Amino acid sequence: MTETALLEFRSVNTHYGAVHILKDVDLAIYPGEMVCLLGGNASGKSTTLKTLLGMVTPTSGEVLLDGEVVNDKPTSYRVINGVTMVPENRRLFKRLTVKENLELGAYLRDDREGIEEDLENIYELFPRVKERLTQKAGTLSGGEQQMVAIGRALMSRPRVLLMDEPSMGLAPALVQQNFELIQQIHEEGMAIFMVEQNANMALSIADRGWVLQTGRVVLDDTAEALLANPELRSSYLGES
Amino acid sequence: MMTSTLDSRKLFNLNWKRILFWGGICALSQVFICLVGLPSELNRRILIESTLSLGYLFILWIPLVFGYIVSKMVELEGIENPKPGASDLLAGALTGLLGSLGLVLVMLGIENIDMRDPLINWNPKLFRLLTFENSITFGSLVWISVGVVLGTVGSSLHQISGQMRKMFSYSIFGLFTFAVLEDVIDDLSEGFRLEWLSDLIYAKKGGMTVTSTIVLAVLLALLPLITRGKLKATVTRYRSDVTPGAQRRNSVMLFSIIAVLVIVLPWFLGGIINELLANVGLFLLLALGLNIVVGLAGLLDLGYVAFFAVGGYTTAVFTSPNSPWFSPETHFGISLLVVVVMAILAGLLIGAPVIRMRGDYLAIVTLGFGEIIRLLFLSDWLKPYLGGSQGITNIPPIDLGPWEVRGADPRSVFYMVLAFCVLAIYVSWRLQGSRLGRAWMAIREDESVAEVMGINTVNSKLMAFVVGAVLASFSGAVLAAKVGSVFPKSFEILVSIIILVVVIVGGMGSITGVMVGSLVLIGILGGPRQPGLLQEFQNYKLLIYGALLVFMMLKRPEGLVPTARRTRELHQEEYLQDAWLGDEETEESKEVEEKL
Repeated sequence: MTETALLEFRSVNTHYGAVHILKDVDLAIYPGEMVCLLGGNASGKSTTLKTLLGMVTPTSGEVLLDGEVVNDKPTSYRVINGVTMVPENRRLFKRLTVKENLELGAYLRDDREGIEEDLENIYELFPRVKERLTQKAGTLSGGEQQMVAIGRALMSRPRVLLMDEPSMGLAPALVQQNFELIQQIHEEGMAIFMVEQNANMALSIADRGWVLQTGRVVLDDTAEALLANPELRSSYLGES
Repeated sequence: MMTSTLDSRKLFNLNWKRILFWGGICALSQVFICLVGLPSELNRRILIESTLSLGYLFILWIPLVFGYIVSKMVELEGIENPKPGASDLLAGALTGLLGSLGLVLVMLGIENIDMRDPLINWNPKLFRLLTFENSITFGSLVWISVGVVLGTVGSSLHQISGQMRKMFSYSIFGLFTFAVLEDVIDDLSEGFRLEWLSDLIYAKKGGMTVTSTIVLAVLLALLPLITRGKLKATVTRYRSDVTPGAQRRNSVMLFSIIAVLVIVLPWFLGGIINELLANVGLFLLLALGLNIVVGLAGLLDLGYVAFFAVGGYTTAVFTSPNSPWFSPETHFGISLLVVVVMAILAGLLIGAPVIRMRGDYLAIVTLGFGEIIRLLFLSDWLKPYLGGSQGITNIPPIDLGPWEVRGADPRSVFYMVLAFCVLAIYVSWRLQGSRLGRAWMAIREDESVAEVMGINTVNSKLMAFVVGAVLASFSGAVLAAKVGSVFPKSFEILVSIIILVVVIVGGMGSITGVMVGSLVLIGILGGPRQPGLLQEFQNYKLLIYGALLVFMMLKRPEGLVPTARRTRELHQEEYLQDAWLGDEETEESKEVEEKL
């Protein structure tokens, strides 16, 4: 591809102390696409996200944002330049109001009018959130919290949304609804990088995917190919 | 006829388990209070002339409260409580009786067994107090009848109308306030040239006269009839007045009233009360600083006293001629600039290594740092520079041109502290709504996510440490000038703890809460070395602090004056709970209906 990747890993290695977590990982996320990273427990999924966001610095290799090496740039730099994460289990600021949660998403922005505009967009996207603005986030239902979490992430005007296990801790009916929501946001042009254990669901909406095993990318293919891959089916989709 | 038999059967239809439980606790509480020594120690403080001392009051409130508790119904939606009746009164009486039995046992015990070795207060003094300098039989009879009566009164509070209950509580709490605040009221009336008023209320030897007690009790009970909820209506109107202009006008009015009071009142108050207010101010300044660190940024700093010490010692070194090593004898204003610099340095120095820690770890490490700083001041190593345990003395008063702020003139100290407090309140208030304040709140809620939002958590946390440190150092500087000397002893760990208690009891994160907290705790009970309004409590201060803290954590964890946010939250929770209960109920009732 000639297009510059929005986010890219070039043989990234990370360590926690002496423990080698990510081993020569190569990833690329292009504008407007939906990709997913699959992997079991302790495979390095969360570390990948943290490295993308700059909360973990790679020991070797390069992290690129729009083709620029950002290894040493802080999280705030990446947020300003369009990378945002929706954390695992939503992790709202529970004792702050919904509105404050949303506003904190725009913490690094100075354009008041733009922020107002984005708030309106989010109310439009999630009318239920608008009804709950003055309520503290911890009192919302799981589904509503998910909406606020996504809304909060959107408030920084990202170009790529990193989603850490979006289906975790949600009722089955909500998981479906949640994926539809992600798809809707994606259709508006947002690039989405999803880390999931629910491989079947994730691959059904993603364009491409990687499989991470003990810190190494073992599979890198289109979603359809991965879905059809017998190896993956046996290890992640619970089919023998 | 039918009803009377029903009633008599009901009379014995008591929840014995509950009565025994609460009666037992009631007895234990009374015995505990006696053995701790509160009654004997506080017997000297007369509340009502030749009738009631503070010591006796400490026993008497117990059966009243437990009588109230034992017949309190747990109100659950969907379960209809039986109408309160005579059996509840009996339950209250029995609880009071059981409680008094504890005192009887203590009397018998003191007479027959010698336990003075572990229990200092197991002594004839307590015995005389409990028996009213009469026989055990007499004492027992009195205590049992008092217990029964107070228990009954306590339980009857559930049965009288709300208006009556209000009158009762107005009367009791009003009388208590009048009796306890004798010194202040005396002082105030003297200031306003109204000595005749306080002479009318209080007896010469201390305590209220019996007549004035009765008159005041009646007047106070009539108070709710006169106000008739007008006060509440005004407050609601004030709160609901949402047009920004009106609200602003109201706030300005309220603010100016308070400002005028605070500025004018000290002129009508005597030295003792002014001294007290100055102490309240010093601790308020500390508490406001800690409120930023703990309440806003959520960093549990248990070594906060270190910054207080830095402020005090810096002022001492720079202004006192007795400073052993470096003694420029500068003006307080110049030393204050140095204090700010030193506080910022200390904040960064202590903050930087601990900032990556979270929660409990942070608390423990800061606790250690607080002690390290104190021990440094105490050490022989720094003795040639900072005077070791002898500290630095002879710190001059603050020279403000026409005025002088001296410890001997508490009013001047009060105004000095007031100026700093106003500054601190303004800073806290502005910070709360600022971007930094937002970042602090986000960090308090969830640090990792705050980082994901792009907040520079390390810098924000350091800023909290530094702002807190500067406010604490101001307090230390004024303290040094007020007392005229600094010793390592004045900066012990207890100071950190007490400031934290002030912040927690007042309401974490709430400026008004912190103000109320320091007024109530430091003003009434006293600081670690400063006596409060109730000087008699000096020895029991920590006991009461502890009890208060436990009580607050159990019953009102949001503090006395929670932030608007917290109140809103709690109301919401209640609302949601009610809604949930409501749903549950309808479902249940549906089920019941279906079964029928």
